[in-house]
Amino acid sequence: MGAVEVENLTKRFGDFCAVDHLNFAVETGEIFGLLGPNGAGKSTLIRMLTTLVVPSEGTARINGFDVIKNPNDVRRSIGVIPQAMTSDLDLTAVENMSIFAKLYGIPREKRRRAIDALLRAVDLEQWRDKPVKMFSGGMRRRLEIARGLVHEPSLFILDEPTTGLDPVSRVAVWEMLESLKRQRALTILVSTHYMDEADKLCDRVAIIDHGKLAALDSPLKLKASIPGKNILEAGFSSVPPGWEETLRALPDVADVKAEESVFRISSNNGPRTTTALLEAVRQAGLTLTSLSVQSTTLDDVFVHYTGHQLRDALKESVQYSSSFMYEPKQS
Amino acid sequence: MIRIWAIIERDLRRFRSSPTLMIVSMVMPLMQLVVLGYAFGGKVKHLQLGVLDQDHGGSAIKVRALAQAVAANAQTFNTVQYDDQAAALRDLRVGKINGLLEIPPAFSRKVMAGDNPRIALVEDNTDQFAASALEGSINQMLIPYNRPPVPARLTADATLSVVEVYPYVPYIQYLLPGTIVLAIFVSAMIGGGIIFIDDKARGLHEGYLVTPIRKVELILGFNLAGAAKAILSGLVLVTFGSIIAGIPDPLNLVRLARLMLLVLVTSLALISLMFLLMVRVSDPLVPRAIFGVLNTVLFFPSGAVYPIQAFPPWMRFITTIDPFTYAVHGFKQIILKNTGLMAISGDLAYLAAFTLISMVAATLLFRRTL
Repeated sequence: MGAVEVENLTKRFGDFCAVDHLNFAVETGEIFGLLGPNGAGKSTLIRMLTTLVVPSEGTARINGFDVIKNPNDVRRSIGVIPQAMTSDLDLTAVENMSIFAKLYGIPREKRRRAIDALLRAVDLEQWRDKPVKMFSGGMRRRLEIARGLVHEPSLFILDEPTTGLDPVSRVAVWEMLESLKRQRALTILVSTHYMDEADKLCDRVAIIDHGKLAALDSPLKLKASIPGKNILEAGFSSVPPGWEETLRALPDVADVKAEESVFRISSNNGPRTTTALLEAVRQAGLTLTSLSVQSTTLDDVFVHYTGHQLRDALKESVQYSSSFMYEPKQS
Repeated sequence: MIRIWAIIERDLRRFRSSPTLMIVSMVMPLMQLVVLGYAFGGKVKHLQLGVLDQDHGGSAIKVRALAQAVAANAQTFNTVQYDDQAAALRDLRVGKINGLLEIPPAFSRKVMAGDNPRIALVEDNTDQFAASALEGSINQMLIPYNRPPVPARLTADATLSVVEVYPYVPYIQYLLPGTIVLAIFVSAMIGGGIIFIDDKARGLHEGYLVTPIRKVELILGFNLAGAAKAILSGLVLVTFGSIIAGIPDPLNLVRLARLMLLVLVTSLALISLMFLLMVRVSDPLVPRAIFGVLNTVLFFPSGAVYPIQAFPPWMRFITTIDPFTYAVHGFKQIILKNTGLMAISGDLAYLAAFTLISMVAATLLFRRTL
């Protein structure tokens, strides 16, 4: 039995399909990443898994419990950190945690021990009696992580826990999650739109785009699954006819994609292709306006499987972002 | 139980750390009581009454002397003498005087002849209160004028003797019960309406909904937390309001205990009404937009500021279902008449039934999902 089993899970808002027949399973003990831009359907998926949104179609089981038939068993077995920071600013760290422990019905003594241990684990022990309004964004996130674990769930679900944090706080949050996972034998399901995070920390990554599963595997295998080990991005002063074919014919080139005068060349041998490229440019009498050579990243994986860049998708999705918590209804 | 308490605890801890909110919900209604109480409660004095004597006979002089006497003693109006009718009417229209007492040319002769003598009061009736005060005062003034110089020893005229059961109730005291209910309602609007919807919009409720808490526990928690804050406002108003309004023996413990019970039941009724109205709302603008109107629609038909008997039938329908009506009636009984609980048992029963129905309806309407 997997920690999460999703079959044909679908959510429609009117004509808009936010999550479209998703199938995947999360194994017990792994960190599973949902990678995709805002509006890809990650939050809707997480809300269905956490019983906040009723699926239009399909089923989801969490630790063996059906999200529709046994929602309270699901709620008891998961810890959830929503995307919005939901700590009470006027209350202290301990008060915030204590209230949530009570919502889970944890008795007094156990509550006290759990809160002490968790505040130590997220390094907020010295701040336990300070009001949360004195906390930085990263500290508040760490407090929420502690709060989400106060009832000792086996599955921890986090919706974009590092969005809006500075780079140092992001690293701190991830290190904390890794160490909590080790100490408490947690399974973690986390959504993010940061490629580097997903690459470094997730055991497996599901790439979600427009509500559909585009790819699912470990970051290493995902990177190996796309053509080329290096990506060359080259801009030219002008593009003669048949230039793309010329580039394809260079040694070790696996794929070429053009965006106006900038070409994205996937290569199995970066140095050889680069040397040949410079020679081809000289022979054609062109000038290079830009050139970069990179190793394959999850960004390239995303481009390969979805046909567009994540950063473009992020721009597109701005129109869907809302200050309210509810999924935008599409007309 | 522990879950319900968690919601109450969270709300009260937040309330404690927000003194502005406490002041707004407790002190503002006290200010309202004082301002409204004195704005409506006082007797009308020093209106400007023009006197135009076109007769100058003995009887006219007697009328003018009586008017001077009222101006000097009761001070309902000051008199301004006019010789020119056109000038007097012009001053009336521009608001320099509130009314014009006109003694027509043949007045004294008609008095002597017993030929139905009349004097006229031309009044600025755009201000009903000033106009009726003038009318009342001049009517009173004419009673001694009409009395025969030598009264009959035995008279067949029926007279009215008024016996007041309770000590004199100034308007500020009449207004106190309504103000207490209004203070409770303001707390309910802030706690049960605005803060509730803002928390929802900020995603705080998402935190509740992912825990195994039941719908009924959530509704009870929200209601009791809101009621606790409303009770605080109610108690401040009951004690300080009574002292300010000059209620006799304001700190009588038995009466305070009865008032506390009524404050509790009223708070629950009004907060449950608020949650019922807000249970499906998610836009933070909605409570702000409707509260001004809601306040008027519930407060004024309750009989808090004007007798219910003066309302048209459709408004009396609101009066009948409005929890304000029963709460205001209950507070009037205890504060103004110092009655026991039996006299307000009907009010308590209605408010309790209203609370129960509202909470059940809110629980049924509450959505456990987003």
